[in-house]
Amino acid sequence: MVALATASWPEPRLNPLVVGVIVGMVVLTYATKVGGLWVLRRLEVSERVEAGLSILPGAIVIAFLGPELVTGGPAEWGAAGLVLLVAWRTESIVLALGSGVGAVVLLRAVF
Amino acid sequence: MRRIETDGQNTVPALLHSKTVSTRGETEPNRESRPADADDRTDVAFTLEGVRTGFLKCVPVALGVGGYGIAFGVVARQAGLSVAEATLMSATVVAGAAQLIAVELWADPIPVTTILLTTVVVNLRYSLMGAALQPWFDRLSPTQAYGSLFFMADENWALTMSELRSSPVDGRHARGAFLLGSGLAIWMFWVGSTILGATAGGVIGDPDRYGLDFVLTAVFVALAVELWEGRSSLVPWLGAFLAAVVAEYVLPGRWYVLVGGLVAAGLEVMRYDG
Repeated sequence: MVALATASWPEPRLNPLVVGVIVGMVVLTYATKVGGLWVLRRLEVSERVEAGLSILPGAIVIAFLGPELVTGGPAEWGAAGLVLLVAWRTESIVLALGSGVGAVVLLRAVF
Repeated sequence: MRRIETDGQNTVPALLHSKTVSTRGETEPNRESRPADADDRTDVAFTLEGVRTGFLKCVPVALGVGGYGIAFGVVARQAGLSVAEATLMSATVVAGAAQLIAVELWADPIPVTTILLTTVVVNLRYSLMGAALQPWFDRLSPTQAYGSLFFMADENWALTMSELRSSPVDGRHARGAFLLGSGLAIWMFWVGSTILGATAGGVIGDPDRYGLDFVLTAVFVALAVELWEGRSSLVPWLGAFLAAVVAEYVLPGRWYVLVGGLVAAGLEVMRYDG
């Protein structure tokens, strides 16, 4: 990768304005990544709020998947169903991932 | 090897835990037994072993990220960025969706305000995801926690949640460095594939052909199976699902993740009865 990078960069072209925009994106992105934890480390959280926070992981996962599956087609639904089954029976993310990606490629060829 | 843990007093509010972190030796035979209502959190260790395990477990998933990286490299070049600029962005921003949207918005002159605002909107979900890591990251030093979060992406967040939740096994300490390790795998594949896409993108073709666009969906479905806690999950999950589907129609970017998460948390706060 390093060899490729040097080979393809005879003279790195870095426009100052582009670098400036990138720096802005870095700062804002990092702020969003650390913001949630930073606030929680400083707040006294009531048990009620704690209950809300505790369901965040599952809720975020479902919020990701909802639109993804609604806008998908039979190939995605079938593959997602297979992932569900494999993950449930084997508890292995790698197996679930492999069978899901394999299934979606096959099913897309069919549908 | 060093490990960090709190002093096991569960009456101390979570806030104070982070302030009273202490380091101890590796063996600890006479550990006080905790009261039955002790939180189900486990002690968290930040070790090289954790980094390595996170890295290795994330490689299959990082392959999928590589698919997006190639796409990003291609689009960035089409938008007028140089290979060096595209690579710099991938290495420092480390946020796939935001970067793809930013280069799609790219024009001459560069719409700076639009790009920066969109970056925040697309990435706000990370605050919620970082907050979900709090039970474990509370027990890390600020450098460990905030340093690891630089490498947080959707994919390795999902793997890390799964890893940390399954960690109270055989008294083993939770791998606090898992997010860092898995994030390093994501970072390497993301930056490498950006270079590949920006220099030779036309030759490779559409990553969707290899099903790589489905990797993230598959990881999240597998994680959903793990996170399911029976009927108590039903109402918040339905709320998250409906809110996200509706929000995806009416809001731009990835607001729907944030909306879904917040609606479910709100529902849970309202339903809470001690």
